[in-house]
Amino acid sequence: MPTPSDLPLPPAAAASVTLEHLSKSFGTFEVLHDVSLSVTPGEIFVLMGPSGSGKSVLLKHIVGLEQPTAGRVSVDRHDASDPTTREKVRMALVFQAGALFNSMTVYDNLALYPREHRLASEEGIRDKVMRALQILSLENAAHKVPAELSGGMKKRVAIARALVMEPQLMLYDEPTSELDPVMSATIAEIIATLKEQYHVTSMVVTHDRDLALGIADRVGILLGGRLVFLGPPSALSQPADPRVADFLNPRIDLQNPRFKQLET
Amino acid sequence: MRPLVRVLEGIGSTLQLLVRAASYTPTLPRQFGRFIEQCYLIGYTTMPIVAILSFFIGSVLALQSGHAGQNVGYKQFIGALVGLTMARELGPVMAAVLLAGRVGSAIAAELASMKVYQEVDALETMNIPPARMLVLPRLAAVLAMMPVLTIMADLVGWFGGAIVAKYTHFISIDPTSYFANLRQYMDFSDVLNGLIKAEVFGFTVVLVCCNIGLNTRGGPREIGASVTRAVVTSLILILVLDFFVTKALMGD
Repeated sequence: MPTPSDLPLPPAAAASVTLEHLSKSFGTFEVLHDVSLSVTPGEIFVLMGPSGSGKSVLLKHIVGLEQPTAGRVSVDRHDASDPTTREKVRMALVFQAGALFNSMTVYDNLALYPREHRLASEEGIRDKVMRALQILSLENAAHKVPAELSGGMKKRVAIARALVMEPQLMLYDEPTSELDPVMSATIAEIIATLKEQYHVTSMVVTHDRDLALGIADRVGILLGGRLVFLGPPSALSQPADPRVADFLNPRIDLQNPRFKQLET
Repeated sequence: MRPLVRVLEGIGSTLQLLVRAASYTPTLPRQFGRFIEQCYLIGYTTMPIVAILSFFIGSVLALQSGHAGQNVGYKQFIGALVGLTMARELGPVMAAVLLAGRVGSAIAAELASMKVYQEVDALETMNIPPARMLVLPRLAAVLAMMPVLTIMADLVGWFGGAIVAKYTHFISIDPTSYFANLRQYMDFSDVLNGLIKAEVFGFTVVLVCCNIGLNTRGGPREIGASVTRAVVTSLILILVLDFFVTKALMGD
């Protein structure tokens, strides 16, 4: 059975990502405020932060699904908001909810990209698809439609679909949510293998602290739309910023007065 | 002021979608499978309901005109009346209205659902333009299928009129006289006139429903709102366009 080290990827030039003073507002609500960072080719960058801190919105800017209110996002020095950038740099985004095509089987979900872009013969596509499915233990789901899959299986199909795209830049939005610990470890292995063997750049948005500390070259922490920490995972053991410390080590206060009034 | 802005925005985004979809026309041959699938959905599955309703429209046209005609003495012209009305007006309008209700609503629901559940975003990140994969095959299919639906509506409507003309005691015109009268006052340009209208209506309905579906924002509740908006907009546009296209075809 193929393992993550057998990923069917050709060598490709990894992509870099640069965010310069990125701000994004929806109406009067500012989701991202003056975020600047750069991800070097082949790096695994993990972005952490509580729900609603703007992590997913940041990823969408990189693939051009959102336009900045201010600032600039570039991928390999191409403006990310320009649709032609997706023709120049092969990017794959693993959506939090999978975003599988519900009218297609799992097999066709994976085969869509290489078919549309004529990357291989139908036989070659079948090899790529089946190998990606085997790596994620999905070979028995090939002919099912997404409605027949559990949440975790959908997430794995979404990752398999991204692998078949053979991307230069992989973006993961909560890749291990809804997955069991064994499958989470497989995802971590896939991300690490993509870096080691194929030099693929990865940006991972996650709440999973173990995943972040296990694979990240660098970690960023977003709180309230602001980047409050940027550094190696080792620096997270004793963060200087108390907000980061609170986020990483939340105290469980069984006597929290906020909930006292709920008691009868 | 805001409703006017929304209408103008809708017109603008619809035209943009049309230009984008048209720019991918060279890709149509390799989307042949999708085109055939859409022909099946737009054409074949709509045929039964078009046939049933056209039959009764033709029947009631014969019945009403026969009833009125017996007093003023023009019931021998029922064939021409039903024939012309079906070919020039009711055939294309009926086919387009049924297309809006049956296919337009399904298109809006499917694309709105794909938008809400981020399938459209996934296509964009895969550098597969939604206008190419989701819109172009539907537009091509409706252009191919509307003439079929309209000719079927015309024929079944004429046939319904003929049956009513024969078996209604106050009309009692045999089918030979009915069709002879129909042929005497009609020529191919009348049918062609209706086909041109049907193409305009059908194309507009599918384009508008695609655009409304793809511009859905928010959660699952918005899918239903988009379907309603798509059908209502389509029905209004069919009747408004009917007036202007008819006027243009009359050379006025």
